[in-house]
Amino acid sequence: MSDPTPLLSVTGLNVAFQTPRGTAQAVNGIDFTLARGEVLCLLGESGSGKSVTLRALMRLLPEQRSRISGRVTIAGEDLYGLPERRVEDLRGKVVSMVFQEPMLALDPVYTIGAQIAETIVRHERVSKAEAGRRALELLEKVQIPSAKRRLEAYPHEMSGGMRQRAMIALALACNPAILLADEPTTALDATVQMQVLLLLRRLQAETGMAVIMVTHDIGVAAETADRVAVMYAGRIVEQGTAAQVLKTPQHPYATGLFASTVHAGLKDRRLDAIPGAPPDLTALPPGCAFAPRCARRREACDVGQPPKIRMADAREVLCVDAVAAG
Amino acid sequence: MLSYIVRRVLYAVPIAVGVTLLVFALLHMAPGDPVNAVAGPDAPADVVEALRRAYGFDKPLPYQYLLYLGRVVGGDLGVSVATGRAVAGELAQAFANTLVLALGAAVVGFVAGIALGGVAGWHKGTVVDHLATVVSLIGVSVPHYWLGMVMVILMAVELNWLPAMGMASGDAPLFGLEQVRHMLLPVLTMAVIPTGIVARSVRAAVGETLEREFVQALKAKGMRRGAVMRHVVRNVSPTIIAVLGLQFGYLLGGSILIETVFSWPGTGFLLNEAIFKRDLPVLQGIILMLALFFVLLNLVVDVAQAALDPRMRRT
Repeated sequence: MSDPTPLLSVTGLNVAFQTPRGTAQAVNGIDFTLARGEVLCLLGESGSGKSVTLRALMRLLPEQRSRISGRVTIAGEDLYGLPERRVEDLRGKVVSMVFQEPMLALDPVYTIGAQIAETIVRHERVSKAEAGRRALELLEKVQIPSAKRRLEAYPHEMSGGMRQRAMIALALACNPAILLADEPTTALDATVQMQVLLLLRRLQAETGMAVIMVTHDIGVAAETADRVAVMYAGRIVEQGTAAQVLKTPQHPYATGLFASTVHAGLKDRRLDAIPGAPPDLTALPPGCAFAPRCARRREACDVGQPPKIRMADAREVLCVDAVAAG
Repeated sequence: MLSYIVRRVLYAVPIAVGVTLLVFALLHMAPGDPVNAVAGPDAPADVVEALRRAYGFDKPLPYQYLLYLGRVVGGDLGVSVATGRAVAGELAQAFANTLVLALGAAVVGFVAGIALGGVAGWHKGTVVDHLATVVSLIGVSVPHYWLGMVMVILMAVELNWLPAMGMASGDAPLFGLEQVRHMLLPVLTMAVIPTGIVARSVRAAVGETLEREFVQALKAKGMRRGAVMRHVVRNVSPTIIAVLGLQFGYLLGGSILIETVFSWPGTGFLLNEAIFKRDLPVLQGIILMLALFFVLLNLVVDVAQAALDPRMRRT
């Protein structure tokens, strides 16, 4: 990890959608970088902009309905400055995505094998037969039982866990440098969730790919992440190493979020829900978006955007209360 | 897949039998004694009685039905009261003429409808889409017998480009130039409604499919436009085939007005004549044949759908 240029870097990314009720500010100026082989978790409630951020990293947001500014650089290339055909070459080859609900993300009328093989044929100069053989290898790699038979299966003929494994196999088909996983375990049964998570962790370790995992589950973040970025109302309110952010959160939202989640070790503690509701993205306050729900709210919070403060341990916190490095 | 086809064919059998039962009942539901219709109101009693025995009307109804079924299976649909010729023969000729028209209208309407709807669905919300929607709305709204008459006035009477009615004379080749000239007006008139309906269905299906998550996933794995389009086509085709099948059925059965306007000697024309002449055997024959054709059409549609969509093979 001595490489000075990060694999992926995001600077001042903004995403706004035109809705019938006005302009929704889904992502509001976020910055982060991802090094080779690193696992970053984007953590937050639904509507905090995690999934939108992920899709923006593949330029998958609908062009007519969204307004995007800022800079996304992937392996040195400026994503939003590239022609569409070049972006299509990157998708699935350099960056690929595991979707939240494989039943919806897989084409219902093509077999699993065909869907994996067409991705390989799309990006590499191989024959269909060779692509089919690689598809089989991939299904074995994600531990789908009787993989050979499953090549011929349609998505509706598989269980939820198996479908997600197939989705992962599809995403890994061309050995991407970056894997984007959009709540990959949310749609699964609790028992299967852990298996899929362990599978992802093992595959990440084996291939050395970088992963951005979007989740609202702190357990998932604790289980997988090197670094964690907590999102609220389209902003990253705190980011640092997993240990820093999860064990000693500094931002009042992060503190509240972790306190309101039941997980191992905290079982006997009272579930402290954060009072209030997430803000309306079409009418964000001029000051800190979390201020209306914050127990430590001060006058300064409502005046303008809170500064991004770099703390002594190198984590970044978006709060007037954070103590800057000396 | 094979077992699905076998099952589906077996399902069609009771439906077909039901159709024959209904058509048979039609004869007995019609007002008056069927024998009187054949013999005429002034026939002497012994003639009526002889006819009754000759047609088997003295036998119990279930037995009569079996006799009828036996004749139908053997290709005997009775004799036309009006012309005295075998119904089967008249019907075969008329059906062939109707089929020519329906096929022509289907090709024109389906190609135009799919093209129009496909472009509109792919570019939903754009000017092209609105234009296509207006065109297809006009297509489904214009009364086609009126359109037929306007076309005749314009193309045949005013401009004298195309013949106004009928088929080319008997020995003209079926798809020769003369025949095509005769077909052009009725085919174009008939194609208007399926064009509109198919365009609307295709637009809705394509638009809805493009909104689905798997299209995003296809883009996310780098698939280009053409490949995405291929997936979309494959996904909408079962729905579209159902619409096409239904429309083709309507073209075959619902051409009475068009065939009357253009004096085209098809089943619709024959049906119209049979109704006015109270020619019951002909009426029965046409209804039976059109109904059985619908059964067959639905069978073909279902099998085609199952071939394209694996999820449909389970039921």
